Amino acid sequence: MRFVDEFRDADKARALSAKITSLCEPGREYKFMEVCGGHTHTIYKHGLEDYLPENITLIHGPGCPVCVIPMGRIDDAIHIARRPGVLMTSFGDMMRVPGSGGNFFDSNAEGTNIRMVYSPLDSLKIARQNPDQQVVFMAIGFETTAPSTAMTVLRAAKEGIENFSVFCNHITIIPAIKAILDSPDLRLDGFIGPGHVSTVIGCRPYEFIASDYGKPIVVAGFEPLDILQSIYMLMLQLKEGRSEVENQYSRVVPWEGNLTALRAIAEVMELRPYFEWRGLGFISHSALRMRDKYAKYDAELHYEVPGVRVADPKACQCGEVLKGVLKPWECKVFGTACTPETPIGTCMVSPEGACAAYYNFGRFTRTRVREASIS
Amino acid sequence: MSTRQEVAAPSEKEQQVLDRIERARRRRAKVKEERITLAHGSGGNATQTLIDAIFLESFRNPLLEPLEDAAELTIAGARLALTTDSFVVSPLFFPGGNIGDLAVNGTVNDLAVSGARPLYLTAGFILEEGFPVADLTTIVDSMRAAADAAGVSIVTGDTKVVQRGKADGCYINTAGVGLREHPGRLGVATVRPGDAVLVSGPIGEHGVTVMLARGELDIEADLVSDTAPVHELVAGLLGTVPGVRAMRDATRGGVATILNEVARAAEVAVVVDESAVPVGTEVRGASELLGIDPLYVACEGRIVAFVDGSCADDALAAMRRHPLGERAAIIGRVKEDPPGLVLLNTVFGGTRICDLLVGDPLPRIC
Repeated sequence: MRFVDEFRDADKARALSAKITSLCEPGREYKFMEVCGGHTHTIYKHGLEDYLPENITLIHGPGCPVCVIPMGRIDDAIHIARRPGVLMTSFGDMMRVPGSGGNFFDSNAEGTNIRMVYSPLDSLKIARQNPDQQVVFMAIGFETTAPSTAMTVLRAAKEGIENFSVFCNHITIIPAIKAILDSPDLRLDGFIGPGHVSTVIGCRPYEFIASDYGKPIVVAGFEPLDILQSIYMLMLQLKEGRSEVENQYSRVVPWEGNLTALRAIAEVMELRPYFEWRGLGFISHSALRMRDKYAKYDAELHYEVPGVRVADPKACQCGEVLKGVLKPWECKVFGTACTPETPIGTCMVSPEGACAAYYNFGRFTRTRVREASIS
Repeated sequence: MSTRQEVAAPSEKEQQVLDRIERARRRRAKVKEERITLAHGSGGNATQTLIDAIFLESFRNPLLEPLEDAAELTIAGARLALTTDSFVVSPLFFPGGNIGDLAVNGTVNDLAVSGARPLYLTAGFILEEGFPVADLTTIVDSMRAAADAAGVSIVTGDTKVVQRGKADGCYINTAGVGLREHPGRLGVATVRPGDAVLVSGPIGEHGVTVMLARGELDIEADLVSDTAPVHELVAGLLGTVPGVRAMRDATRGGVATILNEVARAAEVAVVVDESAVPVGTEVRGASELLGIDPLYVACEGRIVAFVDGSCADDALAAMRRHPLGERAAIIGRVKEDPPGLVLLNTVFGGTRICDLLVGDPLPRIC
């Protein structure tokens, strides 16, 4: 299949792998963080770590929106969904994220009507089909999905759809990366930059990573060869003593981003003073809320939400995993009390979560899997 | 030198963690939820837990315990296979078929893969008040046509009507009996290291077709369901290849779910070559767009067969002789270690685990 197979070519992967290995300085350990959960998923799905020399470690970053949503916001969403006449919509990944009293599926089993949609625009279709219901879209995601939420609100306004609102949980990537760079217990050699977010925000916002923190960052695509090439580009920067923002995903990511999308976000949403991130705590100016101009579509104003801050379960170490301080398997409850079926922490929920990806695809040590599959 | 130790030490610790996890996975399943959720019907882990902890726990008997597609009963010297299946597919009509032929083929196939010649079916209907009689007629006509094609008769049935809103148009249950004429012992517990794994054709076509037929995704593809009776293909295979150990039809949960069930039941490892798995271009394209893996998508006319390694080529040839098996392929082999796991050699050249699916990307596909 065109545009897919070219990016999964094993011969090219072997050649890149040899070039990466040749750039490794003996005795030096390299740690790169892939910021985006989509990359984590690709890495495990294709077994990409098999191509990396042992002294390169990939740390899975906070770029999985489902993973960083705090429990309190899930409880708030369920609280809204329980109001009579409310039909809530959200992305499929959200359905299994645990709140303090269960997830959306559990909530549906108790009578709420929370439906999966593939696009926020589907919520408008549902709103038109159910004029007697109030349709609330539980919006999550980084700058990747915020434009489509914004466009949906704009369309609702244009078409005069009255029974639609948004419970806005959109977050922004840069403050999270900064929080990680400022975290004292982590030493990174560079970043594999988030590709999808960058299609919207472009590459310029990452410049502080290179200039202020002296770390290289390469914005990467989502096919396995994209990631391997990005690691090669990072290694080359280190070898040559450079720290720059480079764009491996130039076939999709424009350096300046997508101005139309950015304008749509700016029209509908504004920065919140602060927002809680699961595992990372409160980060200032790290999330979006609806502007007053669109208050009519703001579910937080329509419905009283408890807004109670729910502490993460004690045993859960998602925060450390999200910051890359712990590998998923180093968490105390990984794979025993916390599994994809019964997740305690959010990292175990989404297939893009570091723990779920590791549990589903990479649970056994690489050597044992390789021995079994080759022999 | 010191770096080597640094690398080796955590991997030992990692191994301890992984062993602990495997022990946890082997513990008796418990249903933790207070209410049934859609995940319990997905065919994945939650379904297995429900079956083990609720149904098997209460109904336990030696005939049920192997949890095969059909139970084997010996009555007055005759070896019978008995199976049942319910159908709640949405939409009721989709390219390549409807709930009616699906309901017949599904039960025919459960009998066929257990090594039995399908003979008689029952049909139970749960209809919603207001359901168009014309639709019911179309469904029943396709059931009769499917039964004729499979050489079975529908010999008894039942009808219930529920209030509007209490069902989604039409649900069908079918049960079937067949005669086991094949002398050998078939069953997933007989699978052993060295066996080859085959699929009878391109996978995932039914699941993707039904999902697109719902019209929620605004994706169009030239795809029809693969729903078909596999009894002739199976008879051809059993008739010419002595080393067939087990067969399953890869319905809900797809091929990957079958492989996991076998790996666990036979305590073997199943190693699959991703590049050998036949997947049509439309299914691949739709799966890439939707972020789903065709290995987990349902088929309704494809079988997965485990055969003695020395018979692999004969089995492949036997499958390919039947029109339904023209694109059959050997997709992997059975190994000893690590037991209970399915491993995938990816097209990219990496390796990974291919586990039971959690959650359901495609509810109500059969």
